[in-house]
Amino acid sequence: MKRLALLLGLIVALSLVVTSCAPKPGVIKIGVNAELTGGIPVVGQSCKNAAELFVEEVNKAGGIEVGGRKYTIQLLIEDNEDKAESAAAAALKLHTAGVLLMIGPNASRNAIPAAEVAETNKMPMISPWSTNPKTTIDPKTGKPKKYVFRACFIDDFQGVVAAKLGVELGVKKPAVLFDVASEYNKGIAEVFKKTVEELGYPVVAYETYTTGDKDFSAQLTKIIAAGADGLFLPNYYSEVPLQVQQARKLGFKGIIFGSDSWGNLELIDLCGMDCDGLYFTTHYAPDIATPQAQAFIKAYQAKYGKVPDDVAALTYDAFGIAVTAIKQAGKIDREAVVEALRKISRYEGVTGVLEYRGTGDPIKSAVVLKVDVPGKKFTYYTTAKP
Amino acid sequence: MQTFFQQILNALQLGSVYALIALGYSMVYGIITLINFAHGDIFMVSTYVAFFVGSALMAYAFKLPGLITFLLTMLASMFFTAFLAVMIERFAYRPLRKAPRVSAVITALGVGLFLENFTLATIGPHPRFLPPIIPVHRFTIFGIATSNIQLIIIFVSAIVMFLLDTIVRRTMVGMAMRAISWDKFTVPLMGVPMDRIISITFALGASIAAVGGTLYGFVYTIDPYMGIRIGWWAFISAVIGGIGNIRGAMLGGYLLGLVEIFTPVILPSSTYRDFVAFSLLLLLLIFRPYGLLGRPVTMKV
Repeated sequence: MKRLALLLGLIVALSLVVTSCAPKPGVIKIGVNAELTGGIPVVGQSCKNAAELFVEEVNKAGGIEVGGRKYTIQLLIEDNEDKAESAAAAALKLHTAGVLLMIGPNASRNAIPAAEVAETNKMPMISPWSTNPKTTIDPKTGKPKKYVFRACFIDDFQGVVAAKLGVELGVKKPAVLFDVASEYNKGIAEVFKKTVEELGYPVVAYETYTTGDKDFSAQLTKIIAAGADGLFLPNYYSEVPLQVQQARKLGFKGIIFGSDSWGNLELIDLCGMDCDGLYFTTHYAPDIATPQAQAFIKAYQAKYGKVPDDVAALTYDAFGIAVTAIKQAGKIDREAVVEALRKISRYEGVTGVLEYRGTGDPIKSAVVLKVDVPGKKFTYYTTAKP
Repeated sequence: MQTFFQQILNALQLGSVYALIALGYSMVYGIITLINFAHGDIFMVSTYVAFFVGSALMAYAFKLPGLITFLLTMLASMFFTAFLAVMIERFAYRPLRKAPRVSAVITALGVGLFLENFTLATIGPHPRFLPPIIPVHRFTIFGIATSNIQLIIIFVSAIVMFLLDTIVRRTMVGMAMRAISWDKFTVPLMGVPMDRIISITFALGASIAAVGGTLYGFVYTIDPYMGIRIGWWAFISAVIGGIGNIRGAMLGGYLLGLVEIFTPVILPSSTYRDFVAFSLLLLLLIFRPYGLLGRPVTMKV
């Protein structure tokens, strides 16, 4: 009994010594809400990778200084299974766990419901990759949400860039095949259709499918029968290879192009030579990286053995913006962080310059990349300024 | 007109796969009146077996001709999947054979969930294609675009279905299966080894699904959850054709292939597809509950 008391006393004494030695840095909890499983697992993985890289860099450098005290970042990563309801549940879980802010989800179909949860619970959220305008707009008032931000451009801009790209590539009779059950795909398809028609090229076929479909032969046969010479596929990288292959199998000879949801090297692995030489619009091009971006690409490659894709780069920027805001806020408080986020007007990230004009949507350039299958990479083609 | 025939060809490709899977549902139901809801996931496992065997053969084997590699891959997948199905029957369903029907159905759902999550945990969620065992050749006949792979899918399925039909109708094993489905109390008394025949039925159903799985993996991506929707569609095919009836399952499979292709052609979007398929099921259950080719069951008191 005596020995036990002695032991306990020793433990208490030791722990006192340890804690009193140096002022222990505080901990900031940042949540990540990512698509780790489900239809687009590579997106979630890239997001997680970039988040872990960022946090590792910050913590190695001793953390960040907020209001005169050092803080390290603790990541809480939740899988949203690429499902709207799980994304909302994950957001709620992170809120309950007391995160200061949440990064993610990435796909708009998950980001929109999660943004609702964030707004209701007054939890700041930055989506790295959700380009659908609805993510940052309050559906009831039609006004921008207070707590929701993003690190990427919106589809009102991307759809226009894609339409202009199609016309530039010589498409006269454009057709669209898109996932009608997914907000991102639907939103960008609508903007594309409106813009090409304004440019004088009516869409000859506007076909839809539902998330998870694997056979598109019925719709593609219709598109070919309509005499289309260009096919716009604003769909995710896991579905695009099937669509391209099936279109070519059915004898489609025209130009095929897409949007930022293509930007993953998995596309090349799944598609093979059928996707060679196709174009898509996206957020950043490793080829034309600034020194800051090059440092990020190098660090990412060293840690994970591959070139970061757009999701990784945007996640890194989302964290960059978040940390800038936390530093400026000067205290660990959600309201103060949102105030600080509102005040950021210009942020130079690895995906270029982000300019905020009072809303959560940045204004930034888009790039067009070309798929190079033998080289297993995407090469820079051109830049489109807003 | 050309477009119409193109769509028919598209539907044949899908219908073949549905028919092959529907057969497994139908045969198992026919013999032990169990709806084997794990069958869609057994199909999923078969595509992964084909993926790994095919990749290994492509990587290590001696320069075999494409056709031989294809046959080896398919046989390996059939063999392994049959073994898996027999094990599932032995350890998950057989102990429940005398239990209320609903226990077995819930167990089947559980086995399905297990297979999905086991695959997800061990292999991961990334969609994959089977390696290009047979190089794709695309060509047009009479203005209809097709490929060698598509023709292989349609013809191999047809041959396999013909073989199965022959086994069930012309061999002793087939006769024993039909006998058990007719009367499972008297037939064992006549010296028919009931357990073995049931195992053979599961093995046959699963290996037919594996043929479908191997063919499917050539043209569509595979992932751990693929079995859910395809399983449902094959199940509807089996019920529409008359569950327990082999030719009915084949007919139902092709019919659902047509539904899938012609829904987006006639209606504004493919989103209506499930609606059309389930409506068809509902109508049939109301007006012809025993399916298109099934016989009405009369209960003796």
